Amino acid sequence: MTDFMNGYPMLYYLFLAIFPLLFVIPFALMAVYAERKVSAYMQNRIGPNRTGPLGLLQTTADILKLLQKEDMRPGHSDRFLTSASPIVVFLGSYLIYAALPFNSILTGATLDLGLLFLLSVSGIVVIGILVAGWSSDNKYSLLGALRSAAQIISYEIPSVMVVMILFVITQSLSLTEISEKQTANIFNWYILGGPDLTWKKFIFIPIMIISAVILFISTLAEVNRTPFDLPEAESELVAGFHTEFSGIKFALFFLAEYANMFAVSALIATVFFGGYQSPFGYLGDALNLSWLVPAEQFFWFTIKALGLVFVQMWLRWTLPRLRIDQLMSLCWKYLIPIALFLFVLVTFITMI
Amino acid sequence: MREYFRNIYQTVTTIFIGMGITWKNMFRDPVTIQYPEVKVPLNERVRNRLYVNMDDCIGCDQCSRACPVSCIDIETVKSLPTEDLGKTSQGKKKLLWVTKFEIDFAKCCYCELCVFPCPTDCIYMTPVYEYSEYERNNLVYNFTTLSKEEAIEKVENFRKYEEGKAAAKNLLESKGE
Repeated sequence: MTDFMNGYPMLYYLFLAIFPLLFVIPFALMAVYAERKVSAYMQNRIGPNRTGPLGLLQTTADILKLLQKEDMRPGHSDRFLTSASPIVVFLGSYLIYAALPFNSILTGATLDLGLLFLLSVSGIVVIGILVAGWSSDNKYSLLGALRSAAQIISYEIPSVMVVMILFVITQSLSLTEISEKQTANIFNWYILGGPDLTWKKFIFIPIMIISAVILFISTLAEVNRTPFDLPEAESELVAGFHTEFSGIKFALFFLAEYANMFAVSALIATVFFGGYQSPFGYLGDALNLSWLVPAEQFFWFTIKALGLVFVQMWLRWTLPRLRIDQLMSLCWKYLIPIALFLFVLVTFITMI
Repeated sequence: MREYFRNIYQTVTTIFIGMGITWKNMFRDPVTIQYPEVKVPLNERVRNRLYVNMDDCIGCDQCSRACPVSCIDIETVKSLPTEDLGKTSQGKKKLLWVTKFEIDFAKCCYCELCVFPCPTDCIYMTPVYEYSEYERNNLVYNFTTLSKEEAIEKVENFRKYEEGKAAAKNLLESKGE
């Protein structure tokens, strides 16, 4: 693709900028449908099955309805900020896609500090949520926004520590480089100790599994999903920070939530589960079809990320919501000390 | 310190137990019944909408008197000796024209008390329970087989017959004097 578009760099960049959107919107539609179906089956129900074959068009119909809605706004809210906040929230989750390596050629920006970029950019969401909660002139919205800010900022720490552990082991913060290192087969994935076949690999296996779990929990909290959905706790705060939003603004919040889900799942898949690498060899290599390899890579990347999205949904319909003190004690008393301990351990092991 | 690690152990194991339960439930058959297409089988002797088989009705008014909410409205008129109304399926001779037989289902409380006194078993419960209406008047069901004109005609016939009888009686009496 790079060769094909060499003469037209602007076209190439435009494609790279639009591609995630073309991916995110169908993904969000299907993910909402999947979430409803998964929840239905877990509760021995059927779920949406009327609109389109098997109810596949249900979310499409819902979104179309949302887009037709009147754009309403509470009387005393800030006109500019209420309009801007959904865009900021969506921007925060969309920026993550800029650095995600979908396959070896389709990467928006091959940043050397890709991992740090992802973590810092996901912090933009906090601004959007705070602004949304504050500007909508509603105490429940504000409470939800404050909870969200406290939660997201607290849970950045364990995820950054896990990234530090990874940095010590991989000696790289570039997502593409990390993906490239986990090539060839499943045993080179960082969840199974990484590609260096020494005695250290076997010590790294339990450490990496624990740090993967920590990263999963903290990213789950960062995207405000159950069991960490305190910012939008339906039973307590109506709908949290997006109570006062309707129509296309609400749709944007919704889209951002599902885009975020995929983004963090893709992050975990990239650093621990081999990124876009296949768990065994490529069919394209075996058949000498070089164009098939990126397609396969894209397939493996999405399959891994979708698997993790499924785990997120599974957890959502399994676990009840945490209380705010439990949320904070989980972060500060359990995740951070364990991550810190693992970081020190990994540093010592790599120094030997 | 021991409690700290026990907390971690308990959290991890209980989460896996919970996830196992949801996973198992995912592959169980859904309990949903797709209502308009699939219906729950009704119980035996279930009480729903009434039906009156007018071929068997002898107009005895017993159901109307048994009704606690008086939702059954019956008017009858005697038939002429020359008219033959036929027999019920149980072989009983019908003697009355039922000019009006209306059941107001907006009032009906589905107690089934009208069914038991019926001597010919012509009023009974059906398995129909979906008959909601937008207008309350549409819930008044008319069961008579006679049309309005026919009903008026029967009443008129009987009145004329009675008058004729009375006139004949008067004539007899005046002759006897």
